[in-house]
Amino acid sequence: MSINVGVLSIQGDVEENILSAKAAIDELKIDGKVAEVKTPDEISSLDGLIIPGGESTTIGALSLVNGSLKVMKDKIENGMPVLGICAGMIMLSKTASDRVIGTTNQPLLDILDITLERNSFGRQKESFEASISLDSIDIPKFNGVFIRAPSVSGVGSDIEVLSKLDEKIVAVKKGNVIGTSFHPELTQDISLHKYFVSLVQQQAN
Amino acid sequence: MLPLSGQRLDAKGIISDKINSVETLRGSSTVKRGFAHMLKNGVVMDVTTVEQAQIAEEAGAVSVMVLDKLPSEVRKAGGVARTASIRIIEDIMNSVTIPVMAKCRIGHVNEALVLQETDVDMIDESEVLTPADEFHHIWKWDFTTPVVNGARSLAEALRRIEEGASMIRTKGEPGTGNVAEAVTHIKKVNDELRTIKAIYDSGDNQDLVRIAREFKVSYDIVQQTAKLGRLPVVNFAAGGIATPADAAYLMSLGCDGIFVGSGIFNANDARERARAIVLATTFWNEPDKVKEAQKMIDERQSMIGLDVKTLELRMQDRGSSL
Repeated sequence: MSINVGVLSIQGDVEENILSAKAAIDELKIDGKVAEVKTPDEISSLDGLIIPGGESTTIGALSLVNGSLKVMKDKIENGMPVLGICAGMIMLSKTASDRVIGTTNQPLLDILDITLERNSFGRQKESFEASISLDSIDIPKFNGVFIRAPSVSGVGSDIEVLSKLDEKIVAVKKGNVIGTSFHPELTQDISLHKYFVSLVQQQAN
Repeated sequence: MLPLSGQRLDAKGIISDKINSVETLRGSSTVKRGFAHMLKNGVVMDVTTVEQAQIAEEAGAVSVMVLDKLPSEVRKAGGVARTASIRIIEDIMNSVTIPVMAKCRIGHVNEALVLQETDVDMIDESEVLTPADEFHHIWKWDFTTPVVNGARSLAEALRRIEEGASMIRTKGEPGTGNVAEAVTHIKKVNDELRTIKAIYDSGDNQDLVRIAREFKVSYDIVQQTAKLGRLPVVNFAAGGIATPADAAYLMSLGCDGIFVGSGIFNANDARERARAIVLATTFWNEPDKVKEAQKMIDERQSMIGLDVKTLELRMQDRGSSL
């Protein structure tokens, strides 16, 4: 069966995720397509969703306006695999708090029981690349690109920690829901996108 | 995936660092250009106060640009326009969660260094301020903070990228409320991209060398850009955008996003207009939504525009022509 992967194209680096996901599908020889999605209709026909990096306040506010926020939440709660990257992971969380400003009152999907700190490593000048590992999903070495990145400081009992950088949690998983602080779509390494589209294929079959 | 043409390994802005025991690299092209990629499909709004910055954030802006005066006010005030007060920039950084940018004068290395120390998220080396050096732009590879530059043509854009710009915005004519120049510039860049892509596809490397000489840039960056068929960095439109329909039009021309200068906070319905321009940028290819956005504003509240032909000061022509 052909799988239908969407990248939420409200705001952020949509095109980069489409390229990475397409490359992953090609390399795994999976029958499927990847497209940008914005409307509730487009989202409701998906087998898997990537919420890209961007500004979480913008993505949240605008997905609330056109009704896509609700459809995403329903689909994810009914088992659709989702990969939330940076702003995408913020969107998946229950509550978000900014390192300087404090708790933010922004629309979120409330899927992952995690305590999340926005801009956790500082402002853009402190943004960085670092080698990380996601051993439990067989990605021992990955170049993590962290851009004004959030981190997870606490997790509920149903959350699996996929990766840590120093003491900060930078990748989490709960069932078919994955969240990362870093940007796999900004590197040439498609292993995390491959892992995700495999999940989508398993779930679809 | 991020195109990395023009990566310089000797750049002083790249810093090997550590977070406790973890080795990190800051200020690399991936990290600096990657920041601009996160702004894509969004609106960056010019602001002069904390209140305006909060209105921008609530409206869904992806970032704010702090100025001492809006471009239209710079135009009226005359004299020398410099970087904004550091205290105001810091106050704004402490009141919004979205990234904060600020402008420095063209070529003014030390204004840019001050902004880097202030920890703004991106520096705009901008023709809206009075140029400090008529012959050079800043060597941006020496900065850890990413820098955005204006351009009116592909040649200008590639020259700025070779100096280390992490993002380009087409210039337009700032502070006019007139979108015509922005349209001209983005169309010119698109046209030139199509031309060099066609030359690349034809395999005529000698003609690409000719283009590189004409553009006064290296062959490498022309070859890589021609292969991509787009700029190797994120490209926003700017200059004169005043309405939701303006924003949608520029998005339809293939821009990655929008800068709005005087158009919002010089209008009398700033709060509504800010929201409407964000909506039109996101849903630019859905005419019914752009219409709804346009309905949120009142044309009688728009800033009074200027005919570019009658201007005494053309900001787009300022700074080094190389």
